[in-house]
Amino acid sequence: MAVPRIHFSESLKALNQEILKMGTLVEEAIGKSISCLIDQDIELAKKIVDDDEAINQKEIDIEDRCTILIATEQPVASDLRHIITALKIVTQLERMGDHAVHIAKAAIRLSEEVYMKPLIDIPKMSEIVIKMIHDVLTAFINSDADLAIETAKMDASLDKLHHDVMTEIWGYLKADSRYVKQSTSFLFISRFLERLGDHVTNISEWIVYSNTGRHVELNRIGYYSEESDAEGNDSHS
Amino acid sequence: MDYKLQVQDLNVFYGAMHALKSISLNIESKRVTALIGPSGCGKSTFLRALNRMNDIIEGVVTTGTILYDGKNVYNGYDEIELRRRVGMVFQKPNPFPMTVYDNVAYGPRIHGVKRRREIDEIVERSLRAAALWDEIKDRLNKPALGISGGQQQRLCIARVLAVEPDVVLMDEPTSALDPISTARIEDLIYEMKNRYTIVIVTHNMQQAGRISDHTAFFLDGVVEETGSTQQIFFKPTNPRTEAYISGKFG
Repeated sequence: MAVPRIHFSESLKALNQEILKMGTLVEEAIGKSISCLIDQDIELAKKIVDDDEAINQKEIDIEDRCTILIATEQPVASDLRHIITALKIVTQLERMGDHAVHIAKAAIRLSEEVYMKPLIDIPKMSEIVIKMIHDVLTAFINSDADLAIETAKMDASLDKLHHDVMTEIWGYLKADSRYVKQSTSFLFISRFLERLGDHVTNISEWIVYSNTGRHVELNRIGYYSEESDAEGNDSHS
Repeated sequence: MDYKLQVQDLNVFYGAMHALKSISLNIESKRVTALIGPSGCGKSTFLRALNRMNDIIEGVVTTGTILYDGKNVYNGYDEIELRRRVGMVFQKPNPFPMTVYDNVAYGPRIHGVKRRREIDEIVERSLRAAALWDEIKDRLNKPALGISGGQQQRLCIARVLAVEPDVVLMDEPTSALDPISTARIEDLIYEMKNRYTIVIVTHNMQQAGRISDHTAFFLDGVVEETGSTQQIFFKPTNPRTEAYISGKFG
């Protein structure tokens, strides 16, 4: 009795695959941006900047795909929510790709510097971000709102590490003014990684919307909300 | 909530076939209620029950209560008067083989309106209300069967409106029409709901989404789900409703 709309179902699966591909590109770009920062690999950093074009193009392709599905298939209910969520997710992923570029550009600026200390917390932050991206994409593909909510909870670890990095760098700045350039760059990089966690949280919120039709605000009060407010942080914008 | 029609525990049998099974559904006043569901699910039977059109089919047995303005349609109204107040538009335009004018004038005349000027006013008012006047005012004495399908359907709506109904039942009124004629009828329905309570059966999900305030999903003679159209099309609670409206079932 049940007659699936085979073509539409296949189109939705293909849409999911494209988002997965875009997410994988972003995940790789972030991982590589931290690698080139650690290794001071200027060539890899330049490649990340160049490769961002592919992520931007993927966003456009997926948006067009969604537009055509809405126009030709007139989706309703969960199908409609899924497509709207896909549109929202690609916007977040594109911005995340931009953050990878910002980190890579910082790596280029720091490529001739002798680092004031070994990088410890920043690589930890990148590992958390990459796991969050991986998990949130799994949650999207499997329509798993619970996993999306659990993924968003990991954002608190990023906020704490960002706080730790800031505190440490302020200490270095007070002690030795030679480190102003490095310190500023590392502060920004930490901030980019913290923002990546916010973008993943936004994606999690859209997955919950897709599954339930409800708008939720996950991690409204983050670990370091006071500091964030002091920075004028629009943490979940 | 102001209900124009209140249906309680309605059962309709065609001989041994149990077509409607304990339907309870309220129809809100001056709103458009869409009835959706696969063929044979009981939508049209339900629609016809509302003005006792099933009574003219041999072997039909109806039980339960249908209140129209608080009175039972089976003993509170004369059936001719009931059908004047609860009019019906059918799937295929069915103008009478007479002029455009006489089609619209037919109902008022059999209800006793005799003065020519009064009938002229009713014809013009009804054709205007059916968004047909401007197109047809110079062809009132032409045969109704000679106008386009979309115009014929609006003429049928004008014919219903001419007897000043309160409720208009529509059984797939645009399924035989092209997209432009369909859009005109949909615009008309949108305007009509300021004055009339409308119940429409449609197989076009997008049409139900566009024009109705409430939607009831019928399946196998049962109302599976009813609610605001926004709720039904955005987040239905019944998985069978979701499967049906998204075209994966039925």
